Amino acid sequence: MVQPHMQFRQLNIWYSSRQALKNVTAEIPARGITAIIGPSGCGKTTLLKSLNRLLEETDGIRVEGEVLLGGENIYDPSVDVTKIRTRVGLLASKPFPLPMSIFDNVAYGPRIHGQYSGSLSEVVERNLKTAGLWEEVYDRLGTPAARLSTGQQQRLCLARALAVEPEVLLCDEPTSALDPISAQRIEIQLKAIKEKMTIVVVTHLLRQAHRLADHVIFLWLGELVESGPANQVFNSPRDERTRAYLSGDIG
Amino acid sequence: MNRHKIEELIFKGLMMASTMFVLGSLVLILGTVIWRGLPALNLAMLTQTPKGGYYMGKEGGILNAIVGSLYLAGGATALSLVISLPIALYLQIYAPRTRQSEVARLVLDVLWGIPSIVYGAFGFTLMLWLGIRASLLGGIIALTLLELPIMVRGMDEAIALVPNALKEASLALGATCLETAFKVVVKQTAPALLTAVLLAFGRGIGDAASVLFTAGYTDRLPDSILSPVASLPLAIFFQLGTPFPAVQDRAYASALVLTIIILILSLTSRWLTGRLTTNIVR
Repeated sequence: MVQPHMQFRQLNIWYSSRQALKNVTAEIPARGITAIIGPSGCGKTTLLKSLNRLLEETDGIRVEGEVLLGGENIYDPSVDVTKIRTRVGLLASKPFPLPMSIFDNVAYGPRIHGQYSGSLSEVVERNLKTAGLWEEVYDRLGTPAARLSTGQQQRLCLARALAVEPEVLLCDEPTSALDPISAQRIEIQLKAIKEKMTIVVVTHLLRQAHRLADHVIFLWLGELVESGPANQVFNSPRDERTRAYLSGDIG
Repeated sequence: MNRHKIEELIFKGLMMASTMFVLGSLVLILGTVIWRGLPALNLAMLTQTPKGGYYMGKEGGILNAIVGSLYLAGGATALSLVISLPIALYLQIYAPRTRQSEVARLVLDVLWGIPSIVYGAFGFTLMLWLGIRASLLGGIIALTLLELPIMVRGMDEAIALVPNALKEASLALGATCLETAFKVVVKQTAPALLTAVLLAFGRGIGDAASVLFTAGYTDRLPDSILSPVASLPLAIFFQLGTPFPAVQDRAYASALVLTIIILILSLTSRWLTGRLTTNIVR
């Protein structure tokens, strides 16, 4: 049995007094795309953001349990949170370019951490190519990123996240703010890089989960109902709630 | 006509009247300053310090007050900036929505409303304790106290408008709070930060009461940070206080100079703001 890349162990999360996640234990296998599915407000994004400790930026949050990255608990007090976030990158739902040029956006992470292979312009070019944006911007890398279209901005955010060379990429409804064409391009890029890294996608679109997922985690009202290979969860769900959700009876 | 339309007309009329009233007052003030000040304004006013008999209508100018005001307000604004930016960043990035940041805001809001003569008196007491005479340094300290709350609260409000998602975007790349603050938040809010700085500068350069005891007044240009220094608001005050109409007109000329300095500053900031907004993400 291959060691899972990340694991949740009895994870409980509260926002002030409201419990958002209840005793979640699950695994995220190495490489491929793991989709976290479930209806709105079931804790999908909370679960995702527990993976890079971005949850801590929210007021009144309380986390109990463990999240393991390669066997190490990332909530251990001795862990440097910036190290975790360089290993676990994020693509947010709404693209937010940093207030600087296209080039500087992609170079932001590598510059901060001061480690990259080759020259900075090689790093920028390589990651813009991987994100499928290079052809559209190579002649205007110095212009403000804010001038790009929303779809382009999201691919820029992908390039920016990849430039830090994370092992895991978290995607929080990465296409929800995009038009169908742009959304499709993001999906294509994600599929292209899933051989090399572990990708976790939160989506409330079942069709998108069907297209992308190799593994599925199904959440219902803060509880983990079912998780496993996409084929098994989609075709022969073990839990009645999963079956009902997939067939559109609930959620 | 139905009730809704009449209501709309009445309130629109009231709003227009208020706007006109305020604009009218402003035009009246500016008009008076220009009408009485412009004839008295000449090159000598801008390039000379008061000669013997200036306050009786003889030769000389207000260079001492122009230079003094720029030194005072410039120094105080620079000092305020160095203190304010860390405070605003701390309040917003390190301690947002905590009890201590709320208390800090309340204190700053109260300080904003304190009459500037109180800052002058406080600065004076501070100077006695430190053993400093009325001087450029004393004036800068008093004006810094006056400008701080304005600048901190201006920056604080500006930084509060930075979307959380933008901060998270930086943090998610493994940046620390410090890197996020200076490389992302400051860039994103640069135009608003500049506005806060200029607002404080405008308040500082126009204030008379806080520099009255602390900076003193002199006809000479300051030769060190410990020598007394003149300022435009006090120049206006003293010139208006003389019984000679020619000198009183020079008070209006001084007011005109002060107004022009602030106008130049506003135009520069507008131009700078335009240049700084190109990178901003909305």
